[in-house]
Amino acid sequence: MADIRGNFVGIKSPNPFWLASAPPTDKEYNVRRAFEAGWGGVVWKTLGAEGPPIVNVNGPRYGVVYGADRRVLGLNNIELITDRPLEVNLREIKAVKRDYPDRALVVSLMVPCEEQAWKDILARVEETGADGVELNFGCPHGMSERGMGSAVGQVPDYIEMVTRWCKANSRMPVIVKLTPNITDIRYPARAAAKGGADAVSLINTVSSITSVDLDNFSPEPTIDGKGSHGGYCGPAVKPIALNMVAEIARDPETAGLPISGIGGITTWRDAAEFMALGCGNVQVCTAAMTYGFKVVQEMISGLKLWMDDKGHPDLGAFRGRAVPNVTDWQYLNLNYVTKARIDPGKCIECGRCFAACEDTSHQAIAMRVEAGQRRFEVIDEECVACNLCVDVCPVEGCITMERLSAGSIDPRTGQVVSDDHADWTTHPNNPGRVAAE
Amino acid sequence: MDGARHQAGIAAGRISAEEAAQNFADLHPPLDGHEAAVAADRCYFCHDAPCVAACPTGIDIPLFIRQIATGQPRAAAQTIFESNILGGMCARVCPTETLCEEACVRMTAEEKPVEIGRLQRYATDAQMATGRHPFTRAAQTGKRVAVVGAGPAGLACAHRLAMHGHDVVVMDARPKGGGLNEYGIAAYKTTGGFAQAELDWLLQIGGIELRTGTALGREVTLDALEADHDAVFLGIGLGAVNALACEGGDLPGVEDAVDFIARLRQAEDLPTLPVGRRVVVIGGGMTAVDAAVQSRLLGAEEVTIVYRRAKAAMSASLYEQDLAAARGVGLRYNARPVRVIGTGRAEAVEFEYTVDGPDGLTGTGETFRLAADQVLRAIGQALETGPLAGLELDGRKIAVDAEGRTSRAGVWAGGDCTAGGDDLTVTAVAQGRDAAESIHRALMEG
Repeated sequence: MADIRGNFVGIKSPNPFWLASAPPTDKEYNVRRAFEAGWGGVVWKTLGAEGPPIVNVNGPRYGVVYGADRRVLGLNNIELITDRPLEVNLREIKAVKRDYPDRALVVSLMVPCEEQAWKDILARVEETGADGVELNFGCPHGMSERGMGSAVGQVPDYIEMVTRWCKANSRMPVIVKLTPNITDIRYPARAAAKGGADAVSLINTVSSITSVDLDNFSPEPTIDGKGSHGGYCGPAVKPIALNMVAEIARDPETAGLPISGIGGITTWRDAAEFMALGCGNVQVCTAAMTYGFKVVQEMISGLKLWMDDKGHPDLGAFRGRAVPNVTDWQYLNLNYVTKARIDPGKCIECGRCFAACEDTSHQAIAMRVEAGQRRFEVIDEECVACNLCVDVCPVEGCITMERLSAGSIDPRTGQVVSDDHADWTTHPNNPGRVAAE
Repeated sequence: MDGARHQAGIAAGRISAEEAAQNFADLHPPLDGHEAAVAADRCYFCHDAPCVAACPTGIDIPLFIRQIATGQPRAAAQTIFESNILGGMCARVCPTETLCEEACVRMTAEEKPVEIGRLQRYATDAQMATGRHPFTRAAQTGKRVAVVGAGPAGLACAHRLAMHGHDVVVMDARPKGGGLNEYGIAAYKTTGGFAQAELDWLLQIGGIELRTGTALGREVTLDALEADHDAVFLGIGLGAVNALACEGGDLPGVEDAVDFIARLRQAEDLPTLPVGRRVVVIGGGMTAVDAAVQSRLLGAEEVTIVYRRAKAAMSASLYEQDLAAARGVGLRYNARPVRVIGTGRAEAVEFEYTVDGPDGLTGTGETFRLAADQVLRAIGQALETGPLAGLELDGRKIAVDAEGRTSRAGVWAGGDCTAGGDDLTVTAVAQGRDAAESIHRALMEG
């Protein structure tokens, strides 16, 4: 059986599945339930500085975007950092870590941008025996209006400065959590690395309004007729997160910087994808908030089975394996020619491929009726291999993309297919092309 | 009450009021909002959807389901009513398992179609619950059209004509309008007086006068109607019933299944309706199933449908046959009645086994008997041709062209009385609607 034990910046856990800093990790009660359910670690919900506790709204905190069958695709929240007294959280963290020494327990922090404030809280966290800290430079709502959270994460200089303070004032590993609400994720990641961060974690939530109440014309969630942008998470943000993780993993300035992947991870497969793009572990929130802590059991068994099937003995065996395959568009092989193929045996005759291709693409699917059955066939002369028919087909494996073999003629272009690599950098239409060697 | 339960002969009171309420409750109860959302979610919004092609009225099913899915059931209802003004009744009585739902691509995918019929009911109920009629009449044309028969074909025709601004008089021989929606069809398919409610709602379009108790060949003649109107539409259904040509076929206890069903549909208090202890239904169509199942539900102890041909030839769908079996009705195939036996009243029916060969249906000579104190004939209905003198027939029904025009200029026909249909409510609606469009074109050309 594959070994899925994790060792992330020296923090050990029985599996790479951690709960992200969020409502599920706000209290001892929840965290104990999580550990009993099998989670490998938690990042305790963000602690603030000593003082009067944070105040949350008393109306709804979450907005949602549903997919088919009312599945939660995206969740938005306007909850702030922990609203429980600092001492209570610290006491509970200590008790939980004492009882679950084999689990990872990282504490998320967010205090004002003053070195003393960070120094004070780091000392208190260290006393609990926690394994590390995560700097919350990500929350896009509420705290950012007070100069914290994403207000810091959006200014690389601040990230570097605070990270440096934390490294100087603590022996604990420091993970810097990044906000996606920026134009280029590499800048904050580079700043974290410069400040001495042991790792980055990403993404935090995406600024969002999930919907508008059309009766009272206010954004959701609505508090007494008003709404505020919240942080979006869940399966809907996974593609954004994967891209940002990949950007950091393949950036020469941050290559090798440990990454804790966050963003819509719902299944073992999602987790494996993040790790293939370089993540040392993953953090989960929405899946747990939607289905409860038990989902980790599927993640653990699924990941192990897949690793066994593929012959990956441990997480390191496949970590980052997809990174070299993330490239720029200009390097994609233009000699890779495929055509859609529709399997009539699997076709249920819904015609969605036809509608999509005929109305919105390349008129490359023919529909005819044969012996009372609707038949859909790809017109190779028109098919540009865009893949839209595959994407809209409701039957898995019914439409596939097949590569034309070298030497055959692409009926669309009339060109002979070559198995040599040829990309935009050498293409005759590219005014800036480089001479082929 | 319990004493009557096993009483021999045809007797009332075999079931209690509670049992009646339970037995005759909605066969397909309405979907609630959540169920409708889940059911609508399964629709793939097919291109040129097979379900639409399978619907005789061509309702844009993917569109109306998408309208339900997006929270606008009344918009969905509008889509339905534009094609089929009796969409509410059709949602209840259509054999969807042989029409739209059979064609649903999810039958191919998972052998579990989108529940189109129930979704259609969800949408049409939502609109009808508002009490408002969704269409307005065009400016009056001054043209007058007579519609004979207030069944599905006649009502669909009348509504479409009224919408186009024509004045319509609808006549029906029975005391109430609705035709088979009111007098035929199993009670558990259209509960709560729906047929009359739908009729009232349909008439809200305005411009339609309903004259009940008015029969062709009795109160009115075709010639007189033609003389007084700009066009005539015949949706008279099949008024005669095929006779059971065998010995004893006229014994007391033997009657037409359609009469039994009509009596049941009009009964105020079902437990007081007499039914046999042992009932034999002869026939293989929907009427046979409706009569047999309802006999059981009224408390008959043994009910058997006997059909002269093989199971596959039965015009009642497999779903209907299964429904009958599930309600405890026995089904016997390949047997034809030889005689009804009884002294003064029916006591048993003797059947002969049959085989379907190259020479058609032939008896094997082997017979069997089924005890029966009530025998219901459901061997088909026929057109009453008497009042139609001069109209060309196609076989035993009125000959019409694709637009519903008969051999006589100015006379259109549709529904069960015409040749070529399949005797379904939904087909009658389509034919009535299409004839109305043809009449409209003819009237406006002139």
